Amino acid sequence: MATTTLTPAASAYRSGLYEWLTTTDHKKIGILYIVNSFLFFFLAGLMALGIRTELAQPGLQLFQGNELLYNQLFTMHGSVMIFLFIIPMLAGFGNYVVPLQIGAPDMAFPRINALSFWMLPLGGILLLLGFVTGGAAQAGWTSYSPLAQDRPLSSTGPGQDLWIMGLVLIGTASILGSVNFLATIFKMRAPGMTMFRMPILTWTVLVTSVLVLMATPVFTSALIMLFIDRNYGGHFFDPSTGGNAILWQNVFWFYSHPAVYVMVLPAMGMISEILPVFSRKPLFGYKAFVFATAGIGALGFSVWAHHMFTTGSVYLPFFSLMTFFIAVPTGVKMFNWIFTLFRGQLTFSTPLLFALGFLSMFLIGGINGAFSAAVPVDFALHDTYWVVSHLHYVLFGGSVFGVMAGLYYWFPKMTGRMLGEGLGKVQFVLMFIGFNLTFFPMHQLGLSGMPRRIADYASDAGWNDLNLAATIGGFTIAASTIPLLWNVFISLRAGKIAGDDPWEANTLEWATTSPPPPYNFDRLPEIRSERPLFDLRHGRSANH
Amino acid sequence: MTSTSTVMTTGDPGHSVAEHNPTAGLAHDSRGGISNPILGMILFICSEIMFFSGLFAAYFSVRASAVQWPPIVKGGTDQASIDAAAALTEHFNLHAEPWFGAILTVILVISSVTCQLGIWAIRRDDRTGFIRAFGVTLVLGIVFLIGQAYDYSTLGFGISDTPFGTTFYTLTGFHGAHVFGGAIMLSVVLYRGLAGQFSSKHHDAVEATSLYWHFVDVVWIALFSTLYIL
Repeated sequence: MATTTLTPAASAYRSGLYEWLTTTDHKKIGILYIVNSFLFFFLAGLMALGIRTELAQPGLQLFQGNELLYNQLFTMHGSVMIFLFIIPMLAGFGNYVVPLQIGAPDMAFPRINALSFWMLPLGGILLLLGFVTGGAAQAGWTSYSPLAQDRPLSSTGPGQDLWIMGLVLIGTASILGSVNFLATIFKMRAPGMTMFRMPILTWTVLVTSVLVLMATPVFTSALIMLFIDRNYGGHFFDPSTGGNAILWQNVFWFYSHPAVYVMVLPAMGMISEILPVFSRKPLFGYKAFVFATAGIGALGFSVWAHHMFTTGSVYLPFFSLMTFFIAVPTGVKMFNWIFTLFRGQLTFSTPLLFALGFLSMFLIGGINGAFSAAVPVDFALHDTYWVVSHLHYVLFGGSVFGVMAGLYYWFPKMTGRMLGEGLGKVQFVLMFIGFNLTFFPMHQLGLSGMPRRIADYASDAGWNDLNLAATIGGFTIAASTIPLLWNVFISLRAGKIAGDDPWEANTLEWATTSPPPPYNFDRLPEIRSERPLFDLRHGRSANH
Repeated sequence: MTSTSTVMTTGDPGHSVAEHNPTAGLAHDSRGGISNPILGMILFICSEIMFFSGLFAAYFSVRASAVQWPPIVKGGTDQASIDAAAALTEHFNLHAEPWFGAILTVILVISSVTCQLGIWAIRRDDRTGFIRAFGVTLVLGIVFLIGQAYDYSTLGFGISDTPFGTTFYTLTGFHGAHVFGGAIMLSVVLYRGLAGQFSSKHHDAVEATSLYWHFVDVVWIALFSTLYIL
């Protein structure tokens, strides 16, 4: 690098690697989040392939003689996908897009922003260190007591403790991130950007941040209690010495149910940016959508015990009713999206395809979830593959398709180059087929009684064909990442130049260059509605 | 908002982009309300409240499922273990003599008062008063921590002695850790105050630290009421 030049701009220049390691720019941190999350996505995906390979046929093949590794794989698959892929991935998009959308130069606390990012790889390493220190955590991502306790036939060894420490670190990163998002959204909006002119993604990140802020610390306290139980002879979760095993489930799900909305609300926000742009219409019912988001956030705190119906120690009618209630604001959003598309001028670009994938798959995930909200049905389906199917329809069919939609949509803004449409469509088709081939048969597997978290099953149980189909589907999903990686690789080198606003979009991030300069804007268009760029293009302002 | 937008952005719709307004992206902090650091601290305290809520929920859950609280420990068959159990039962009865806890409470409440006196001092630009008050606050905080350590040494039960011991040390221990964190923040603020970095117009860090200190104080009052009295 040139060090002889005397201009002040050049003296601030740092080498590429050093710049990325020390940056406090929300855009660079956002990209770091996204890249980091994708690495963990591929890692946890490989673990899933291990699980699916084992389950392709009855009998033990892959894990013959090493059965505990199977438990470690499904535990770490769940933990890594949730805590190191989906949540940080959405936080990464939020990090990149939210300050741009509200016309801010950066996040409110840029250095804390960098801190919360760098805690993630550290926490991830702690989590994975278990594999080389005698076995990773193996009590499932839910780590129920007494499975997670340090005693024979449960979780001896350091893996579970590393899991706890890693998650405390990642949780702290989440909390600091949410403080940062809330302060940014409340205090850093550009002049004219009132709350009800904020883009929907910003709204969903706001509600998500409230959920993270209020729920994650409870999980941290639960993790610390488990740590004390395991290492200092505590008695929180051990009924034989006066503790309460259900207590773990309560504090765990008090976080982990709202965490479901943490994992899906920003993805809903992302497709709510994409559907209007590719339908050439405003979002149908902007305010209804905002209130529905807030409603999901509020109701999200009153449904956690629907994971615990079969424990017999929660008040079933209340939690069942609240769970049905939370389907109402979700249903409102469905109508928002469908009527946005209705009579729109649809352009079937890759972002729209993935957004439609979200819409349809999340609908299935919502409906099969509503079934489980009915207590008698849940008693039959609890801990079966039905639940595995439901959660993947919500978190893969929902969140991951949303993330892919967002990636194709904002990649031009982040890099200045378009992702290839052809490869994008190949990826979408492969992923959509693979996803449904993997997870749709699991409904039937669950209904016919196949329990979660088993490595082996009887060959005459009638589960052979569906399991084989699911395994083929799993490998199809894995194959769908190849066109994605190739697409990113060639597009970064020779993709079509995007320009400022390749999609003719509505929100402020498209008012600046692609990629945006440090501090984002040197000027802002006037903000008179939630679609300032539409107003700018058409020289008029809406009546909001 | 409309009036603000016409001030801060440029001109009429349709032409605004053509003009250049370098301050447009930077003018966000000038709209009144609380400052970013104080808002950040309030939000962080919200999350801390939820953290302690989790610990309190665990305490009440364990306590509710216990037959007797404080628990009566049953010994084995030999005399030694019966004596040990009786001693432990005796030690668990914090309610009998909550005086030391009460003294700690008074110390922490006074420290909150001196902290607030420091805030009022810096708000009227009285740097000496501010430094004096925060110095006293820091000393009281350290006295509290020493007192808590002394309390621990005399209690006669450990973290692994029944759920009572587990909950007691977890709750008070994490509170103590928060007091320690608060003391570090007070030290930093005091150091910066001695360096003359704060004035009536510029003391967000002081306000944020005092909010945190008050929070730690309130948590202790809840802890003392629950563990020593209730």
